[in-house]
Amino acid sequence: MSCCGSSPEFDDLNEVSKLVSARLAAFLRTLRDAGFRVGLAEGQDAATLMSAGYAVRPNLLRAAFKHLFSARKSDWDKFDGLFDAFWLGKRVRSRSRTIGSVPTSSNPSLKGLQDKSAEQGSGQSVADQLPSSDDAPEGRSGEGRMEGASRADNLADVDFRKLSDPDQVAEAHEAAAQLARAMRTRLTRRDLARRRGYRLDLRRTIHRNISHGGVPISLVKRQRKDKPLRLIVLLDASGSMSMYTSLFLRFIHGVLDQFREAEAFLFHTRLAYVSDAMKERDAGRALDRLSIMAQGAGGGTKIGESLQTFNRWHASRVIHSRSCVMIVSDGYETGDAALLGREMAALHRRCRRIVWLNPMMAWEGYAPEARGIKAALPHVDLYAPANSLQSLRALEPYLAKL
Amino acid sequence: MKGRDEIAQALAASGYIADAELATAISLMRLLRRPLLLEGEAGVGKTEVAKALAKVHATELIRLQCYEGLDQSSALYEWNYQRQLLAIQAHRGSDSIEDQVFSEKYLLERPLLAAIRRARAPVLLIDEIDRADDEFEAFLLELLSDFQVSIPELGTIPAMTIPQVVLTSNGTRELSDALRRRCLYHYVDYPDVDRETRIILARVAGAGPSLSLQIARMVEGVRKEELRKVPGVAETLDWAAALVGLDVSNLHDASEIVHETLICLLKTHEDRARVTPEVTQRLLGKVA
Repeated sequence: MSCCGSSPEFDDLNEVSKLVSARLAAFLRTLRDAGFRVGLAEGQDAATLMSAGYAVRPNLLRAAFKHLFSARKSDWDKFDGLFDAFWLGKRVRSRSRTIGSVPTSSNPSLKGLQDKSAEQGSGQSVADQLPSSDDAPEGRSGEGRMEGASRADNLADVDFRKLSDPDQVAEAHEAAAQLARAMRTRLTRRDLARRRGYRLDLRRTIHRNISHGGVPISLVKRQRKDKPLRLIVLLDASGSMSMYTSLFLRFIHGVLDQFREAEAFLFHTRLAYVSDAMKERDAGRALDRLSIMAQGAGGGTKIGESLQTFNRWHASRVIHSRSCVMIVSDGYETGDAALLGREMAALHRRCRRIVWLNPMMAWEGYAPEARGIKAALPHVDLYAPANSLQSLRALEPYLAKL
Repeated sequence: MKGRDEIAQALAASGYIADAELATAISLMRLLRRPLLLEGEAGVGKTEVAKALAKVHATELIRLQCYEGLDQSSALYEWNYQRQLLAIQAHRGSDSIEDQVFSEKYLLERPLLAAIRRARAPVLLIDEIDRADDEFEAFLLELLSDFQVSIPELGTIPAMTIPQVVLTSNGTRELSDALRRRCLYHYVDYPDVDRETRIILARVAGAGPSLSLQIARMVEGVRKEELRKVPGVAETLDWAAALVGLDVSNLHDASEIVHETLICLLKTHEDRARVTPEVTQRLLGKVA
């Protein structure tokens, strides 16, 4: 990549251009390591900016690069820290957040470009924890060197139990919420595609156009009126599920936020209706409220009794003909397994589909031996693992068929 | 390169108080020929940016409001079916009518087609792109890179001018990477006290500097409360206008009116219940 030519102001312009190009290439690598999706076009535009007079004003260059390289809010929040660390040699703040204008830096010009005789590719101005040499191999993952450098893609197959780093947990939560959003969008789009038949309603068209002497001036088209898909989630919040509860709560928060029609219940030794608590705008607050409700561990799990409560008091209100009930549980029933079987059968008669998600299903050597799960399985339409983002993603095509 | 300071001044003159970063983004739009994607919470003034931009360039603003199920015919062009039918009825028996009914005379321009057929480059605002679906986004991406439209009956229509494109998104759907990378990205946050004060001064006639500052501080306090709907800039301006209309010049002297008029900021029953008179007093206590 080379800088586009501007009017020469230095005798050794080429040398400066080379230096700028090398430093810019290193900066792009740093951004890629930090999870930015930077392509060739962005690199060329950055070179254009450097040669258009932006390079001598760090604040202006920071703002310009920020707009050019960011593609989402997480990039936007990280960018200033990365830029300052690379170009101005400042230490990276964790989670740099800027509101409003860029803080003015005292640097009159970019380090390493102040002096024409600066060493080529010098890494003096680069913070210790950033790659500075130009021979860094492409495509290294930046994990461990920078905060938030991992991408959601890396988390897709990680079992939720194994997420210990708070940043990763936060990222998984974000990804779960995004997944709920994406699911809803695609599902409603399929609804629309199904409805968008270009079918004329001849009877109504003729009737409407009687006043025009029967000439079909205004056309009436048929539209199928579909009921929106309703998702009802029953989440097991017992002790044995504790490693998964918070992430599923986040997923459900996303689902309730995005689906036009969704309801959520928690159960352990009893059933709690939590849709209202989940409708908190702020996910963190919603989770706080729910974690209090979810504290029922220790008394075992009474899935059968919880389902009985659901069938008796809630089912008629929340279930209609296009409903899918999603039960998230490991199936360890400490109550009466026969009751669970009966209630599952009753529930199955009411709704279109029952999906049972069992996080343990993906564990090596796991077989559904628990009494509870054995009694429930005959009445389940889809029995699937749900221990990673990938397994949640795999559900969507199934829901789309409903 | 038009400097960001000049752009900030021009925006201010048109009634939009921009921060330095946004002014930079606008100066880059022309230089790099990229659309600008504005993301942020509802009510932070994303749409206003496009309106101000059109004022600054003294050009037309063409707006395309996106919604679920938006398709090409509502966004790009449509044939005027009724008119075509009437023409066919009127010229029954004429052979040339078939060619005529698919001429420009019978074409209905929708925002995207209008935006590339103006003699003076307009500002094209694609509002709430996240509400449209993936296919529409893909089609839009194609249009934003080629700036030409193919109409089967008419052929390819190239752009007469290239519009300045502003897209807004509230993040209800994750946009594709391709679209994000095509655009310059700017996250519009709630303004800080200083900028909100200047916004009130610029937009609400009769609000003096001290009242504007008090209102901005009060709103900042309200935003920190645990609300379901955080008030945006539009709500702040409504509230400021209400206070000015009720002859309030100092919030401390009119705490009752302040509490009653908070309905301008609080838009749900729960939020209204949450901000009790005691909370209002506490917030007022923090306003110097």
